[in-house]
Amino acid sequence: MTVQSIMPAHDGPGGKESGRNPGRSSLLRADLLVPAIRESFRKLDPRVMWHNPVMFVVEIVSTLTTILLLRDLATGAPHIGFAIQINLWLWFTVLFANFAEAVAEGRGKAQAASLRRARTDATGKRLLPTDTGKWSYAGVYEEVPAPELQPGDVVLVEAGDFMPSDGEVIDGVASIDESAITGESAPVVRESGGDRSAVTGGTRVLSDWIIVRITAAQGSTFLDRMIGLVEGAQRQKTPNEIALNILLAGLTLVFIFAIATIPSFAAYAGGQIPVLVLVALFVTLIPTTIGALLSSIGIAGMDRLIRFNVLAMSGRAVEAAGDVDTLLLDKTGTITIGNRQASDFLPVPGVTEQELADAAQLASLADETPEGRSIVVLAKERFNIRAREMAQAGMQFVPFTAQTRMSGVDIGERCIRKGAVDSVLAYLGNPADASAQAAIANADTVGRAGGTPLAVVDDDRLLGIVALKDVVKGGIRERFAELRRMGIRTVMITGDNPLTAAAIAAESGVDDFLAQATPEAKLALIRKEQAEGKLVAMCGDGTNDAPALAQADVGVAMNTGTMAAREAGNMVDLDSDPTKLIEIVGIGKQLLMTRGALTTFSIANDVAKYFAIIPAMFIGFYPQLSALNVMRLGTPQSAILSAIIFNALIIIFLIPLSLTGVRYRPVGAAALLRRNLLAFGVGGVVAPFVGIKLIDLLVNALGIA
Amino acid sequence: MTITGWTLIAAFLVATVLLTPVAGNAMTRVMGASMGAVGRFFRPLEAGLYRLAGIDAAREQSWWGYALAMLVFKLVCFLVVYSFLRLQAHLPLNPLGLGSLTPDLAYNTAISFMTNTNWQSYAGETTMSYLSQMAALTVQNFTSAAAGIAIAFAVFRGFARGSAKTIGNFWVDLTRITLYVLVPGSVVLALFLVWQGVPQTFSNSIAVTTLEGAHQTIAVGPVASQEAIKMLGTNGGGFFNTNSAHPFENPTPLTNFIEMLAIFVIGGGLTSAFGRMVGDRRQGWAVFSVMAALFVVGVAVTYWAEGHANPAFAALGVDPGLGNMEGKETRFGIAASSLFATVTTDASCGAVNAMHESFLPLGGMVPLVNMMLGEVIFGGVGSGMYGFLLFAVVSVFIAGLMVGRTPEYLGKKIEAREIKMTMLGILVPPMMILTMTAIAIVVAPGTSAMSASGPHGFTEVLYEYTSAGANNGSAFSGLTANSFWNITLGITMMIGRFFVIIPALALAGSLAAKKTVAPSVGTFPTHGGLFIGLVIGVILIVGGLTFLPALALGPIVEHLAMGAGTLY
Repeated sequence: MTVQSIMPAHDGPGGKESGRNPGRSSLLRADLLVPAIRESFRKLDPRVMWHNPVMFVVEIVSTLTTILLLRDLATGAPHIGFAIQINLWLWFTVLFANFAEAVAEGRGKAQAASLRRARTDATGKRLLPTDTGKWSYAGVYEEVPAPELQPGDVVLVEAGDFMPSDGEVIDGVASIDESAITGESAPVVRESGGDRSAVTGGTRVLSDWIIVRITAAQGSTFLDRMIGLVEGAQRQKTPNEIALNILLAGLTLVFIFAIATIPSFAAYAGGQIPVLVLVALFVTLIPTTIGALLSSIGIAGMDRLIRFNVLAMSGRAVEAAGDVDTLLLDKTGTITIGNRQASDFLPVPGVTEQELADAAQLASLADETPEGRSIVVLAKERFNIRAREMAQAGMQFVPFTAQTRMSGVDIGERCIRKGAVDSVLAYLGNPADASAQAAIANADTVGRAGGTPLAVVDDDRLLGIVALKDVVKGGIRERFAELRRMGIRTVMITGDNPLTAAAIAAESGVDDFLAQATPEAKLALIRKEQAEGKLVAMCGDGTNDAPALAQADVGVAMNTGTMAAREAGNMVDLDSDPTKLIEIVGIGKQLLMTRGALTTFSIANDVAKYFAIIPAMFIGFYPQLSALNVMRLGTPQSAILSAIIFNALIIIFLIPLSLTGVRYRPVGAAALLRRNLLAFGVGGVVAPFVGIKLIDLLVNALGIA
Repeated sequence: MTITGWTLIAAFLVATVLLTPVAGNAMTRVMGASMGAVGRFFRPLEAGLYRLAGIDAAREQSWWGYALAMLVFKLVCFLVVYSFLRLQAHLPLNPLGLGSLTPDLAYNTAISFMTNTNWQSYAGETTMSYLSQMAALTVQNFTSAAAGIAIAFAVFRGFARGSAKTIGNFWVDLTRITLYVLVPGSVVLALFLVWQGVPQTFSNSIAVTTLEGAHQTIAVGPVASQEAIKMLGTNGGGFFNTNSAHPFENPTPLTNFIEMLAIFVIGGGLTSAFGRMVGDRRQGWAVFSVMAALFVVGVAVTYWAEGHANPAFAALGVDPGLGNMEGKETRFGIAASSLFATVTTDASCGAVNAMHESFLPLGGMVPLVNMMLGEVIFGGVGSGMYGFLLFAVVSVFIAGLMVGRTPEYLGKKIEAREIKMTMLGILVPPMMILTMTAIAIVVAPGTSAMSASGPHGFTEVLYEYTSAGANNGSAFSGLTANSFWNITLGITMMIGRFFVIIPALALAGSLAAKKTVAPSVGTFPTHGGLFIGLVIGVILIVGGLTFLPALALGPIVEHLAMGAGTLY
């Protein structure tokens, strides 16, 4: 199997991966079943079982009844067939629980195995510093096995080489195949400086070369962590799981008392109850269903994220995702399609629109940014002005610099410039004439409408304004409405001025915005939300995002981002798609819902089990109690057997649900609760009545009890 | 069952609903020290008391500081009552010259009154001097009730506060509740009872010659003052052995109605106070609704069960239309007795106006189940509310995940520590009750005290330990208490009280320290019908199911046997 087939690229922004239940068909694949069955037996080791208090208790009482069974076999006690069957089903209960966990882990193990193949034992070309203490492509290197590389070492990676470890590009630029990590076959560019400098061990350079400073020791690389995560080796109980385990342990404890006191009550009434029956009642009453499935629910939740090409560094992060109250979304790429497009030419009085368009096009001919290209296209559309060749008429391109904040073209003596309005006005010496006032007025109008104004100047003559417009993504308004119904507030983060930001916020339907956002402002916003008791999720890729990513409750770092960002976040999106934040929240909620649904179901089941076993247990000395046998179960033995069989089989029956999760719909908490409470609460009370009755009919038909 | 009977029950429910916000408002204002003119009058007295005791009223306590103060106070209460009872013979106000109590009885009684249980292993009129009744027992009626209410407010503060280290000052809470709620309420109620004919005197028993010429000694004493706080503070310890069935404790149908209302008024009012404290009155009404629903079901079952005649009597020709009048007062009848039995066991009061032992099996099972559920249906003053909140926390924890968020209640995340404390508070009393019952019914000192055999005898024992564990104090009667019972019931009462209070305070401390999470439409709603239904389900399943085997072997099998003509 190929790596790509295990980690399918998700179906693009707006995809509903979480609702689609990916890979349902592969849920219980045959090639995973056999190892899982083997694993179920291996997990019987008390040192392993101990981590699951409920099932550990079941294992202890099953051992006890088995010892009693062996004694009875030796002495030839009556009802031995019944005793054997109860014993078998008690052990099945434990094994089924182990199986559920093994199946969930198995899926991760298969993925981990293919990831391991990507971890090469390649050697690294360790560069020796030149005399000046720098490194260069022409420098001397020595071949070193990857495991011997230390953080801080500098290596040269050339076309065809595998990256020996994680690192930061310090020189050069190269195209890299990252499919081993992301499943995405299109190569990506990595270069020194900026936010695309991180490289990951196990990826392969396709062309050119880069010099990389190693940042991770062997065994703690990104790939190693990823393997650990999908394998579940680093899995620790999340805070909610710990709390739930306490609840389950408490319920188990109280049932120990409830059952242990029965022999005394029976003795008073002149009866005697076999230990086997007490054990059967005990095991059916303690919350074995959720106890058995709890860890597989957690593993499956992480797994769903991985299938969605998002790596959660801890289960805690997945839980936090479900709790998120505020989503901080970058405007560009998430709310608007990445590029702004020219939408209007707004000349100053005395200049024709065509004149402005012509100059603007000339100024943009060499501008390869999407904005620049869109000006060329708009001029052609409106006035059929053809793009001219740069070479003609001695044109010389003047690139954008951070100082001038303008770009343009020099044609001989003629200088055409376009740029931010204030920069262009400053370039003209801040005139106060009618043209300048008209341009400023137009610029304000554009800004208020959510656009970006660019002023165009031909020599010292101000021609007018080109309006660039942000294009809001289709369907994003509905997504925000959906999030509002989930109780999540969205905040748009943008570097735009407040006017522009407000207009885009209004158009996209986002709840709030942070304009002219600096890393500090972002961090302050997160802290403010958190002070109000809210959980905040954000995504980011730059090094300057790192503090905010670390502060956020859910920080999703883009895989294309810097190493600092990846270290700071608690999730990494391998597809580097900021829209995914919305789906990640859905997956978190799905995990929590599944856990709650099965807990409720498990506890609600107890009612029916009591009604099955209590009459069966006491009928020997109080025949009147057969009135409590509301299910009209055949015999006391068949009633007890049916209850214990139901209790074991329901685990197997619910494994698929624990792996795929209860479906989350963004309908608000009250509606969700109503639906789930009906399905798993009321359903949990009713289902075992039906199930136990059916099993009892079968048991009696087969005559095995 | 009659229309009049159902009307009485409906009228009682309506009166409770009407009184709830009034009592809630009053208590919230008292605890928040915003009392207007009344406050200006009493404040110097309150301040004087603090000065006298050397208490800095402005300094609040952490949860363990609060718990420690409560425990010290309880220890002192125990020692004082124990000394009074042991030295009774040598103390004044003892016109009958009653002797001192035995150590085990004094120990049992001291614990019983200190824990607001008021289980009585003795007949009041022939055991306790007036001084013991007034200075030892009635004082405990006030302080045990005040301590319960104080703790409820401390727990409310845990929910209401965010990022706080303290949950109030125990001494201040205790003083304010006593001074502004219990004392004025009891004075008014006592005067009403005196008007209705309840005695309030220091004079000796009255010897009379009846119309038939027989000589009778009629016990009297300072009854009205003790009766008032016995109801208002859900204590339930009667002046007379027959408790509120005695005509001097509960002379008329009107006193009966008012006494029942007095049992519910503080418990009901605390639901409203809770809503006010957490800033959302709907939360309080949701809690009230859960309690009211369980109450209505209970009283309906009891009334229905008692409205039927014992088939064995019907077979003898007794008019079955009368229902089961055995053990009931004719001045109250079936409805008022069924209602009283439900109210007193819902509310951890334990006063009785009829003999629960003589109820038909299912009628007697309702009071038993009410107590088994942990006394959370209005419950004891204060204890009902903090006990209920433990169930609310568990409900939110179990089902809250189903909305796709980690569980939170009133903006507080419910995590491992909260669950640990909650489970402790919910599960320890049932474990204690079951274990004690299992021991008592197989050892000789236990069984020798039983008056009935078979399932009815079993129910007697189960009822006593449940009543003690739930701090109710009502007796199924029939048991002849001996030192075995005095000692084991004493232990059960203490565990039933303090193993709920301490976890509840710890929960409050940990909740207070948490940030309050802002609510949104994605938050688990805890004020609507869904939540009400959910909590009822959790109370019945988590709180009640553990007792099902015991119930099957007691009242249920007895009921089934009665249908078949066997009586125990």
